[in-house]
Amino acid sequence: MHRKCKEVAGEEDKMSKAIISVIDLVKIYQMGEVEVHALRGISADIMNGDFLAIMGKSGSGKSTFMNMIGCLDVPTRGQYLLDEVDVSSLSKDQLANLRNNKIGFVFQSFNLLSRTTALENVELPLMYNRKISSKEMRDRSLNALDAVGLADRAHHFPNQLSGGEQQRVAIARSLVNDPVVILADEPTGNLDTRTSLEVMGIFQKLNQKGITIVIVTHDADVAAFTKRHITFRDGRIIRAIEVNKPRNAMEELAAMPVMVEEDDA
Amino acid sequence: MKIKNLLIAAIRSLKKNKMRTFLTMLGIIIGVASVIAMLAIGQGSKQSIQAQISTLGTNILIIYPQASSSGGVRMEAGSSQKMTLEDVNAITERCPSVEYITPQVRSSGQLVNGNMNWRTSVYGVYPDYFEIRNLKIMSGNLFTMTDDRSSTKVCIIGQTVITNLFGDYADPVGNYIRINKIPFKIIGTIEKKGQNAFGQDQDDVVIAPFSTVQKRMMAITHIQSMLVSARSEALIPAASQEITDVLKAKHNLGPSEEPDFTIRTQTDIAEAATATSGILTVLLATIASISLLVGGIGIMNIMLVSVTERTREIGIRMSVGARGRDVLLQFLIEALMISLLGGFIGISLGVIVSQLIANILSWPVNITVQSILMSFVFASAIGIFFGWYPARKAARLNPIDALRYE
Repeated sequence: MHRKCKEVAGEEDKMSKAIISVIDLVKIYQMGEVEVHALRGISADIMNGDFLAIMGKSGSGKSTFMNMIGCLDVPTRGQYLLDEVDVSSLSKDQLANLRNNKIGFVFQSFNLLSRTTALENVELPLMYNRKISSKEMRDRSLNALDAVGLADRAHHFPNQLSGGEQQRVAIARSLVNDPVVILADEPTGNLDTRTSLEVMGIFQKLNQKGITIVIVTHDADVAAFTKRHITFRDGRIIRAIEVNKPRNAMEELAAMPVMVEEDDA
Repeated sequence: MKIKNLLIAAIRSLKKNKMRTFLTMLGIIIGVASVIAMLAIGQGSKQSIQAQISTLGTNILIIYPQASSSGGVRMEAGSSQKMTLEDVNAITERCPSVEYITPQVRSSGQLVNGNMNWRTSVYGVYPDYFEIRNLKIMSGNLFTMTDDRSSTKVCIIGQTVITNLFGDYADPVGNYIRINKIPFKIIGTIEKKGQNAFGQDQDDVVIAPFSTVQKRMMAITHIQSMLVSARSEALIPAASQEITDVLKAKHNLGPSEEPDFTIRTQTDIAEAATATSGILTVLLATIASISLLVGGIGIMNIMLVSVTERTREIGIRMSVGARGRDVLLQFLIEALMISLLGGFIGISLGVIVSQLIANILSWPVNITVQSILMSFVFASAIGIFFGWYPARKAARLNPIDALRYE
């Protein structure tokens, strides 16, 4: 009894920890003579186990913010703590190491290496980690593919996979390094409704396992599957809301009428 | 990234564009193959010239007196009469690096055997001449120093002389011929030696004891030249120095005075003869190297195209944690692989081509280990040199821009 209490307390402690914490983040791009203020002082916390949607129109600064927390870019001013590490002052190589160890990316256009098998694509982040043996690399990549339901497609090339499957390979790739957060930039932007549901279903499943996910989207339908929304406009956060009851992608997918493909019959 | 993974990544991306990789490699293959073949031809011709030079004899030094001059009019080289047998004896006694020595006089003689006659050079030398010049007696015997002391009228003749006086394949040992009307007994024949490096027929000779030719035929008291062999090739310079010292002292010349004789060594002669082929080798190799250089530029060109084409891939790699260094190494290793593999194939091709040249054109070729190593080093240097710029360009890409690149 006593022991269980402690465990729950520990769990809660972990849940409430902010894995990403930005304070007054400012990013100014110098375009010739003109200064472009992409971010004008963003402060936000992303908790462990969060499933966050960052929304906003194009030019609102949401992509810049995403690049910033993805360690692809450094802020002009302000502080960014990723897993208690201050990222703002790191060198390029240190940023690369952080991306390698703590971040998983999913892109709108999948960004898989062409003429490279699904498995090899998933292995890519581990290739840049010197501590991982070839065997471990293979095992972890197969596990990640299994987690997105593509274990049987491991040796297929991207051009032999459907869009939804390609995006699932990309998700497996983002998972494989066991990141503290998965950043997905318009992950369903190139997919139809049905495969979008599949992809969101996988994200929800991963989130239920405790993986923190941040999705950048301008699509309210996609955002509806997440737990929390942050809306950007002109480089500022204008709204932050908790979603009381997110939609369940798996259930909706099951409820969808099955398409009968008459050509095959 | 681990080296193993880097190699795997490089091989994968080279495999993706097999045709392009092969064509790029072709530049290096042709360059390396031509360097190997050109050096093989150059080395081969040099070696065959050196082999011909060595028919002169082993570790030879030739000592000529300087030109004489009377009243300011200088005569031809070797016309001085200051060199005598005393010089020969002094060298024999006081030059430890000298193994064999012989004085030499040469006269022209009209040879007559019955109704056949022939004109050739008659050399007067010591028996040691045969050691120095590597001449071998085919039949009969060599004359001795006793024959020399008594100026015996005996001679040893070469194959060309035999052919002209006795017909092909005759063995004239024991017969008499007349040289300038003096009867000489043939006591031996010389094994065929062929032409020397300068196209002279080395078999067109008559060799007789030194004093016989000097006194009976020429009636002179000086000697025309000396042939010396050093104890080893390494001792040729030492022998040359010793002889210079001894002869200068003998001729009452101070150390700073010009010697009244000239020493030519086998090395000098070989150098002169191989100089042309050396220049030719350098020239051929240079032209071949230029084609290798052009191959290198081909690598750079393709790598630059490849970097632009794969900007997105570079962005993806960077987003999953590749550092600039990893990207740089990846592209550099690709360039290096093209050049090394090309170098390897080029060396094989070069060896094959050289053998074909040797077999079809019957040119002398000699493929040296140095030329293979040099080509290999050169090929990898080209890979690194021409791969560096594109690789650095790739490494410096900004991941955000690279990811967005269409």
